[in-house]
Amino acid sequence: MDDTTLLLALSGLLFVLGLVGVIVRRNLLVMLMFLELMLNGVILSLVVFTQLLGAEAGAVLVFLVFVVAAAEIAIAVPILLLLVRTGHTLDPGAYAGLKG
Amino acid sequence: MNGLLTLLVLLPLAGFLVNGLLGRRLGPVFVNIVGVGLPLAAFGVAVWAWRILETGGAEPLIETVFTWALIGDHAFEVSFYLDRLSAVMALIVTGVGALIHIYSIGYMKGDESYARYFAYLNLFLFFMLLLVLGRSLLVLFVGWEGVGLASYLLIGFWFQDVDKARAGRKAFITNRVGDAGFLLGMFLIFTAVGTLEMDQINQAFAGGLIPAGIATAVGILLFIGATGKSAQIPLHVWLPDAMAGPTPVSALIHAATMVTAGVYLIARMSGVYLEAPAASTLIAVIGLLTAFLAATIALVQTDIKKVLAYSTISQLGFMFLALGVGAYAVAVFHLFTHAFFKAALFLGAGSVIHALSGEQDIRRMGGLARRIPWTSGTFLVATAAIAGLPPLAGFFSKDEILWFALASGQGGSVWLWLLGSLTAFLTALYMFRLYWLVFLGRSRMAPEVAEHVHESPWPMTSVLVVLALFSVIAGWFALPHYLEGALPAPDLRFAWPILHWALILFAVLIAVAGVFAARHLYGNGGQRAEAIEQRFARIHRLLAGKYFVDEVYDRLLQRPWRWVSDRIFLRLGDRLLLDGSLHGLAALARRGAAGLARVQSGSLHWYAWMTLLGLVAVLIWMWRYV
Repeated sequence: MDDTTLLLALSGLLFVLGLVGVIVRRNLLVMLMFLELMLNGVILSLVVFTQLLGAEAGAVLVFLVFVVAAAEIAIAVPILLLLVRTGHTLDPGAYAGLKG
Repeated sequence: MNGLLTLLVLLPLAGFLVNGLLGRRLGPVFVNIVGVGLPLAAFGVAVWAWRILETGGAEPLIETVFTWALIGDHAFEVSFYLDRLSAVMALIVTGVGALIHIYSIGYMKGDESYARYFAYLNLFLFFMLLLVLGRSLLVLFVGWEGVGLASYLLIGFWFQDVDKARAGRKAFITNRVGDAGFLLGMFLIFTAVGTLEMDQINQAFAGGLIPAGIATAVGILLFIGATGKSAQIPLHVWLPDAMAGPTPVSALIHAATMVTAGVYLIARMSGVYLEAPAASTLIAVIGLLTAFLAATIALVQTDIKKVLAYSTISQLGFMFLALGVGAYAVAVFHLFTHAFFKAALFLGAGSVIHALSGEQDIRRMGGLARRIPWTSGTFLVATAAIAGLPPLAGFFSKDEILWFALASGQGGSVWLWLLGSLTAFLTALYMFRLYWLVFLGRSRMAPEVAEHVHESPWPMTSVLVVLALFSVIAGWFALPHYLEGALPAPDLRFAWPILHWALILFAVLIAVAGVFAARHLYGNGGQRAEAIEQRFARIHRLLAGKYFVDEVYDRLLQRPWRWVSDRIFLRLGDRLLLDGSLHGLAALARRGAAGLARVQSGSLHWYAWMTLLGLVAVLIWMWRYV
């Protein structure tokens, strides 16, 4: 089993770990963290393929994704704060009424 | 002058539009000027057109207004055709029509729907002129349906009364049965001849190119149409009920003009009937049976308008008898005389009803002759005319019909003549019974009614006088001779003048016998008549019940149809199949939407699960197929 396969397996593992975490945990902050974990899994696979194919555009894309992820979390956390201020709980089930 | 016939037809239509749209706002004086003035003008135009026809040597005037439809090589044109037959009809329609409009001023005074009444009456005149003047069967049919509409509207004129509205509906529906026959006849003619212009149809049939079977079928189908409009057996049931309308309407539509449309149709299509002896025989038999049976019913009716209604059916039967034996011009002659004396009778009856504040039962009349002399006098003249007393109008036309029933080479026979003479006797009997019960003898009126008896205003009495005058002189015009060029006349089986004179003498004797029989039975308070009534109670019940035709139709036709309509069309077809399938589709969409809506629960975990499931499904699919 060479390095590439190992790294890709790790990336898949990270993604699944994140997904399972999002599904089973009932705390919004923790769920956000697991989401980041899933994103990291995906980014890891992107990096691996960039190395494998020698495509520099891939490396640029990775930084782009980092920036977007940072922006995303910067918006998500304040939204969460506002939610908690009105609902006084971190349980997502309490906010099911937001489905519209 | 070109456009004259179009003007004639359009004048009443203008009256309908103006009175129908503006009449309520403009007041009764204006309604009178338009509603009566335009029919009078139409009569003037009709006379003018007739003069032009005569100066042109009776050459038919044809006026094409526009082409209605062009289908392949067939052009359907709206064109008017004035020959001596349609001229006579147009003069009757506009002349008697205008008189009845004048009468209506007095009769309908103060009615809350005064303008609507005149609008409908003008609409009727328009469609009747379309019917009479149309050159093509198609135009005639438009008029035919239009007068049916006007008749329906006017029978149910006082529609707040449910019975009257129902009478209107009955007339309309019964006429649809006849119209089905008319339409089929038209289709058959178009298939066989390729045109609907009536003069060309007659020529085609007279040319002998059309098989006799088709001529017979066409003849019978058109006659079915005529039985509906002209109230012949078995479609006569609507006319007595049609008396629910205002009395001038009964006079104009249900006595003088519209109900004679069937007679006009068959006279107009005489070329077909000459080739269809079987259909002609059927017409003669049905006509005579109708004449006889309606006369027997008229003997025992107690409503003044019902007596006259059955008398109308009976007289129409006489006309069809004449048509059936090929004496078309004689039928039109009787139509002509009948229009005057029957209009006079109905309007006289209207005047009586007016005088008695709405009373129609002749058992509660009597002794009116001195109280309302003008009505009584004119009614007597018209009664004598319809009974066939010489030298009044009905005598000439009825005598001609009886002569041709015996002597016509196209199906005349002793039986037709015998039964026809018996019917003529009954006619004199029931008409003078009516006269005796209404105008002579002792008063049987309720005291409060008797107090208020008054002669009608001058617009009514003057019209009565004019119509009575024509009831006297109408028979002096030798109409059959005048129509010789326009209508075929039958050969005679025997041309013995002595026999003709003997028959005339016999007809007079019969009429006089009818008068004396009426005097004998009803002269001294009607005791003899009552004795006969009690002696033959079952026959009396049969006649008073009008042979229970309505009841038979109810059992045999209406109830099964109502059952089929209710169970099959309404419950199975409409509610179960149509409503059911649509409701089912709507419910399916609603339930599906409700199921899908449950997927969007608002639970993030549920969404994540769905995402996972989707991912797994995509992966499996890619692994298997890519």
